[in-house]
Amino acid sequence: MLRKLSVIAAAAGLLVAGAAGPALASGGAQHAKDIQWSFEGPFGKFDQAQLQRGFKVYREVCSACHSMKMVAFRNLGDKGGPFYNEKYPNSNDNPWVKAIAKDYEVNDIDGETGDAIKRPATSADYFPSPFANEAAARASNGGALPPDMSLLAKARSAGPDYIYSLLTGYATPPKGLTVPTGGHYNPYFPGDLTSAWHGDHNAVPKGGFIAMAPPLKADLVTFDDGTKSTLDQQAKDVSAFLMWAAEPKLEERKQTGFAVLIYLVLLSGLLYASYKAVWRNESH
Amino acid sequence: MSGHSTYQPKTGFERWLDARLPIVRLGYDSFVDYPTPRNLNYWWTFGGILSLCLASQLITGIILVMHYTPSAAGAFASVEHIMRDVNYGWLIRYMHANGASMFFIAVYIHMLRGLYYGSYKAPREVLWLLGCVIYLLMMATAFMGYVLPWGQMSFHGAVVITNLFGALPLVGESITTWLWGGFAVDNPTLNRFFSLHYLLPFMIAGVVILHIWALHVVGQNNPTGVEPKSKADTVPFTPYATVKDGFAMSVFLILFAFFVFYMPNALGHADNYIEANPLVTPSHIVPEWYFLPFYAILRAVPDKLMGVLAMFGAIACLFALPWLDTSKVRSMRYRPTAKIYFVFFLVACCILGVCGAKLPDDPVIPHLTTFQLMGSDLNSFVWLSRVASLYYFAFFLVVLPVLGLVEKTLPVPDSIASPALSADANKG
Repeated sequence: MLRKLSVIAAAAGLLVAGAAGPALASGGAQHAKDIQWSFEGPFGKFDQAQLQRGFKVYREVCSACHSMKMVAFRNLGDKGGPFYNEKYPNSNDNPWVKAIAKDYEVNDIDGETGDAIKRPATSADYFPSPFANEAAARASNGGALPPDMSLLAKARSAGPDYIYSLLTGYATPPKGLTVPTGGHYNPYFPGDLTSAWHGDHNAVPKGGFIAMAPPLKADLVTFDDGTKSTLDQQAKDVSAFLMWAAEPKLEERKQTGFAVLIYLVLLSGLLYASYKAVWRNESH
Repeated sequence: MSGHSTYQPKTGFERWLDARLPIVRLGYDSFVDYPTPRNLNYWWTFGGILSLCLASQLITGIILVMHYTPSAAGAFASVEHIMRDVNYGWLIRYMHANGASMFFIAVYIHMLRGLYYGSYKAPREVLWLLGCVIYLLMMATAFMGYVLPWGQMSFHGAVVITNLFGALPLVGESITTWLWGGFAVDNPTLNRFFSLHYLLPFMIAGVVILHIWALHVVGQNNPTGVEPKSKADTVPFTPYATVKDGFAMSVFLILFAFFVFYMPNALGHADNYIEANPLVTPSHIVPEWYFLPFYAILRAVPDKLMGVLAMFGAIACLFALPWLDTSKVRSMRYRPTAKIYFVFFLVACCILGVCGAKLPDDPVIPHLTTFQLMGSDLNSFVWLSRVASLYYFAFFLVVLPVLGLVEKTLPVPDSIASPALSADANKG
């Protein structure tokens, strides 16, 4: 019986792996470096200190060009978030969240005059975008559009590994590669370098040209917890933060999943025992 | 529903109701007393698993609609609202998205089981046809559902698939305009897809009732393919089949839960977490995994119209199957040659699935250039999908009709009970 079951499981697994596996493969970019994240695995959790450092990198560096429209200030104080504190189950009461929100200005309408005004943000507001619209964003970035960061870690196939690899992967272009003005060679950025390559046609380098100049460098951000501010550290922390921004319910999901699986395994065991008991006198 | 009812109303209320609406009798005859072949194996549990999938999709879908905004401007943000702000919204959405994949895993196993054991042969042709209708409705529902989050892959997938109808001569352009509700995939398209995505599952539920009705008229097939002849061949559905189905469902739910909780996005495409932008086309548009074999058949044919016809023809073969297979022996258990062709058919389907996910001109064996044929290198996924497509069609149109006439089959047992009992005697 178990043999039959394993055949069924293997068949289902093969169907899934055979069809879905190749669809996940990316194009002409170098494979992202495999980083060990605290949130990986069935019991993975975000490292709160890392999220706080990552948020600082986002706030002081990324947010100059990248919006994060789907994240609200209150989310920072939600369970699993960078500023969650047990004392403030309602994140709107969280003093760190309130203080952070107050530092930002958001657009509003004056209730009495109807004029467009700016006011300090509250914890209920969403992160304001650095540019008024897509055209303005492109105009300030040499025609390129800095992607919104709310879902970035889920919108790239290797997720946080990709973001980390890209941030730390800027390299001197190999000899024979013509880098266009406003472009930066990065082996992890998906692209096709064939037309810019003047070397061996069977050895076109992997990667592409990205409009974003290397954004991070050592000591660009001062970490409040005394962690040494290396490029590597900043890249790791901001990648972890972006994973949280994209999937803030990750911890809740994994914890629920463990309980659900225990329940289902027990239920399956009981049902198997019932099956054996019901069929004990029947040949089949 | 078939045969003599043995239902005995026990209470006064049951007797009163039975004389007016014998619904308890219907349920008793269909799911308790219903005679089930005693030799059904685990491949027969997928019918129950599929009804579980349908129920799960309906319940999670109805809850999602409570929070979803069907508009090109609001759809993407409303899905994220579900993921971030709705209590357990992430769970409901991940169950619904992965549930579609689970539904297709189960339906493919269910169909392949029918194919292997000859469950489509007389008198079960209508049962099989109804199943094909359900499958067709499932594909339409899944495709339209994938458009609703209004991500990049939703949008551009919808563009590619709706454009296929444009290949039809004369009426093609009118049909695409009609499908879109305009001259491009846009808000009206999203709204009608949403409406139909809500409607079709209830149509599926309706056809499922017909499917079960047809099943209970002709009775279940079984691994021997021999019809039950006496009481010794069957057991009552409850508790025998219910407990076995229940166990299989629970094991299936473990697989389902594993995807939902630990790899919820593995079966999706990363690009669908980018909001739809008609001006930016993803470098590589791929459908969901369950459509990949058909997508590969579509791209295997160099001509667009012929490709579309081939793709629909691949599904049409399933409908014609009861009349294509000429063998008098139902179960492939006693058809050793057919069994080999069946295994190759499975392999061809998997190859087509892989080809559908790859770029057609990419080499199958890396860094190997052979020679050009019909505009593509022979060592390319497009050629691999051509070979596999050819086998797919040959299996239905040549192998099954011819093999039934010429093959040497093994002796078929007289009754279900005899091999089951003798196997038991051997064990004992």
